Amino acid sequence: MGEIFVVAEHRQGALREITLEMLYKANELSQALSHTLTAIMIGAGDEAFVDDLTKRADRVIAVEDERLRNFDADLQNDILHRLIEEYRPFLTLMGHTAWGMDLAPSLSIKSGLPLATDCVDIRVEEGRPIVIRQIYSGKLFSRVAFKESEGYLITVRPGAFPPDEIGERNGELVRKEIPSDLPEARKQFVEFLDAGAGEIDIGQADLLVSIGRGIGEQENIEEIKELAELMGGVISCSRPVVDKNWLPKYHQVGTSGKSVKPKVYLALGISGAFQHVAGISGAGTVIAVNKDSKAPIFRVADYGVVDDLFKISEALKEKLKT
Amino acid sequence: MDIIVCVKRVPLTQEVDLEIDESKRGVRKDMLAYVINEWDNYAVEEAILLKEKLGGTVTAITVGNDEDEEVLRRSLAMGADRAIRIDPGDRDVDSFVLSKTLAEVIKGMDYDLVLTGVQADDDNHGMVGIMLAEHLGLAHAAVVNGVEPEGDGATINVELEGGIDAISKIKLPALLTIQTGINEPRYVSIMGIRKAAKKELKVLQLDELGLSEDDLAPRTIIEEVFLPPETEGAEMIEGDPSTVAEDIIRIIKEKGVSL
Repeated sequence: MGEIFVVAEHRQGALREITLEMLYKANELSQALSHTLTAIMIGAGDEAFVDDLTKRADRVIAVEDERLRNFDADLQNDILHRLIEEYRPFLTLMGHTAWGMDLAPSLSIKSGLPLATDCVDIRVEEGRPIVIRQIYSGKLFSRVAFKESEGYLITVRPGAFPPDEIGERNGELVRKEIPSDLPEARKQFVEFLDAGAGEIDIGQADLLVSIGRGIGEQENIEEIKELAELMGGVISCSRPVVDKNWLPKYHQVGTSGKSVKPKVYLALGISGAFQHVAGISGAGTVIAVNKDSKAPIFRVADYGVVDDLFKISEALKEKLKT
Repeated sequence: MDIIVCVKRVPLTQEVDLEIDESKRGVRKDMLAYVINEWDNYAVEEAILLKEKLGGTVTAITVGNDEDEEVLRRSLAMGADRAIRIDPGDRDVDSFVLSKTLAEVIKGMDYDLVLTGVQADDDNHGMVGIMLAEHLGLAHAAVVNGVEPEGDGATINVELEGGIDAISKIKLPALLTIQTGINEPRYVSIMGIRKAAKKELKVLQLDELGLSEDDLAPRTIIEEVFLPPETEGAEMIEGDPSTVAEDIIRIIKEKGVSL
């Protein structure tokens, strides 16, 4: 019987949603393959959610030490490498998050196991894993196989799977001693900073008028601000607008910004990268305007308009003024 | 501070219809325009800002054919001091082989910092940088949106999900993968690129680096590229802007928002 590892991601004492999403898929795979599902919990030892993990996995391996309270790629890499040597898992799943992106590639080199990142689906065909990924910012999908290996590493895109329901498994909790020769940390955690705090909370708005790369120039933002004001809505945006410093970070919708839940989300010139779309899953109705008929935003929007956003904005303003 | 920055040339695919090629494992590239990968552009700018503040040198490296030199010339025009292109010839390089190749060239060089972009805009892997760090035995951090060197280390900001940054101190030498928005990349003129033509640009052949066949064997294989599966998708509103605007206003009101 083989083994599937899920590396739990947690922050400030709480489990991250991606962990439950990975457990959902791992559960499905472990049942189909009759593999043992093992959650790996590397932390300080006082995290309250460890018991919760045992209900969702056959086994929870907990490696605990105060040095492991906050994520450190070097320490996690070292510990996971040892666990992989000991248990030889067929698959090891990690989140495709900032931390997972720091950990998985280094673990791949250290362990010699091949890695596929940012996967939206995982299958096992004739004993070998196949992953589905998006390329060119979601315009195309690719089906990827691995060079034959004893085990495989995969990072999973946040939001690709639903969160695991609380399971009926009654997993065994295995507490492991921290290795005595754990390497010295080369990174010293200082603090968490709320970079998204600001004077407006876009999370509370009923109507968001949101702009993306299609806005083109900074001067054009005024025009959309006027529109938002006329509509009684709040202006928000996707990442490229904040990257260019055209709007403050607290206007940003998406995984690295805010998740929003307006009644209506009017997306103007937003292509719909997954990081953005993940932030609007709570929106009631999404109306997207984009020149590119192939823009991924049209796959998630309720209503779509293939046109120049400025023409539509002008027409909206005219209607609202009369 | 001596900095190495890794760059890649990628096709521009926004507002472009991509066509799957005959092999079904890639896209037709003959009609596409190419640019420097957006994340790498921020990484080059960050390297140059640090050099301007602290002195030292910036070396830009890419793995690619002679057309890919365009991104090196651009980096030189932005302020890099020298550039290296590693020509892969006909080899199929995946992220692993790419990281191994870069490591082989970088390992003999002097540096305090290696910068890459978080990911490339074409394959969206996000793994070459951190794999390279592991080959070189460097401390590393991914998705960095702030770097402040001090003493033998640097204070860095890592952009986490949910609008939270993690601040930490990292020992140098280190490798950081740079997130967009960390700075405002400078404008590059044709004139600037012409002027930079005098700077050193060295070309190495991948096959002459002495890597073993195992090092050069891709670890992942793209079996097929395909169009996104059909979903219900959006209900399209057609017509001239005025008709469309009326429809949008009606829908918004129907959803309980008063205008």
